[in-house]
Amino acid sequence: MPTEPVRRQVTVTDEGPVLVHGPIEIVLADGRKVISDRAVTALCTCRRSRRYPFCDTSHRRRVRNSVAHGSAHDRDSEECTRC
Amino acid sequence: MLSTTAPPPVAVPDIGPDTGPVTGPALPAPRGPLSLVVLDTLRGSTRTPSAAGLTSAAIEQADPYGEDLQLALYCCYELHYRGFAGVSDGLEWDPGLLGLRRDLEQVFLAALRAEVRGGTDVATEIDTLLVEVVDASGVSHHLRRTGQLWQLREYIAYRSLYHLKEADPHAWVIPRLTGPAKVALVTIEYDEYGSGSVGRMHAQLFADMMTEFGLCAEYGAYLDTAPAALLAEINFMSLCGLHRWLRGALIGQLVVAELTSSPSSDRLVQAMRRLGCGPAAIEFYAEHIEADAVHEQLVRHGIIAPLLAAEPALAGDVVFGIQASTLLADRFSDLLLRRWAEEQPT
Repeated sequence: MPTEPVRRQVTVTDEGPVLVHGPIEIVLADGRKVISDRAVTALCTCRRSRRYPFCDTSHRRRVRNSVAHGSAHDRDSEECTRC
Repeated sequence: MLSTTAPPPVAVPDIGPDTGPVTGPALPAPRGPLSLVVLDTLRGSTRTPSAAGLTSAAIEQADPYGEDLQLALYCCYELHYRGFAGVSDGLEWDPGLLGLRRDLEQVFLAALRAEVRGGTDVATEIDTLLVEVVDASGVSHHLRRTGQLWQLREYIAYRSLYHLKEADPHAWVIPRLTGPAKVALVTIEYDEYGSGSVGRMHAQLFADMMTEFGLCAEYGAYLDTAPAALLAEINFMSLCGLHRWLRGALIGQLVVAELTSSPSSDRLVQAMRRLGCGPAAIEFYAEHIEADAVHEQLVRHGIIAPLLAAEPALAGDVVFGIQASTLLADRFSDLLLRRWAEEQPT
């Protein structure tokens, strides 16, 4: 008797990672395999993660304190915490 | 065939246990009249708070963030987690203690409500939390840049009061949610509790890290040294977890924890690498970079969105939870940075 296939859910978020319901095995571009046994895994799509292929929230907007507290003309001066 | 004769009377046991856990954390030293009354009750005194000389005026005038009130509340709440060595488990639902706890909670809540901005705009609160301020001050920023090993150890010792029971306060909100919000919260909790593996439980990872740092990983070991500012953060979680009417505030607190944890954990990993700490020490915060990047998405899209769609009236409570837990986290951070600026190891 035919049954409905069990489909794994993959959620695309508008600003950050792709969420995959796991556990999963990820094959990277160089053929390396990485596993994640989490119920849900967040895969990096911005390529800025230092824990690639996993999201580490590096896609977030970064500002300096002066910008966070006002001065609108500085709003573009985002800075990387990594350097 | 059913018997038609009445069954013999069954001896009804006394309701409530007389003794508490033999092992477990020792009771702390009192820090003032409020915590003294609570601790006397936990040691078996049957005097009511008023008989012990505690007037309602004294409770109302207590410093809501002070050492005495926060320790008194912490001890009341701990009965709902693991209790204290030698303290009767039955005191968890002692009417006198619950009445005093309610009075202390009202002082604490009133202070928080008076200090936060309030509002109902959850989206704006979340957007603010999602912007990384690179030159911010705060414990993890300080530790990443110039923190010393004794400061890191002190921070971990204090934080153990929460992390050795990590995720427990949020388990109380599970029966108070329904549908997708409940599913998403349980998914987060499952991850916190190790996804089926004891060794991956976040509380266990924290204990392993403490051992690596030469700290005592026993539950509650650092209660006597923990400042009120830290106890207040944990008390806020217990308070909102134990009261169904504050479920929105607990979700607000969870929003702050999950949205700020990933970058903060990354800074602590950088601090530990700079200080030459080993992989066993680093693992707890390294795990939280990845786990909380997932939890952020689950909280925002899995909990907040369906919760507010089902119960829009909770928006104000969620905002309160976000603002109050941010305020309390800042108070604890400011206290440590102030102390460390004086270069005095405690």
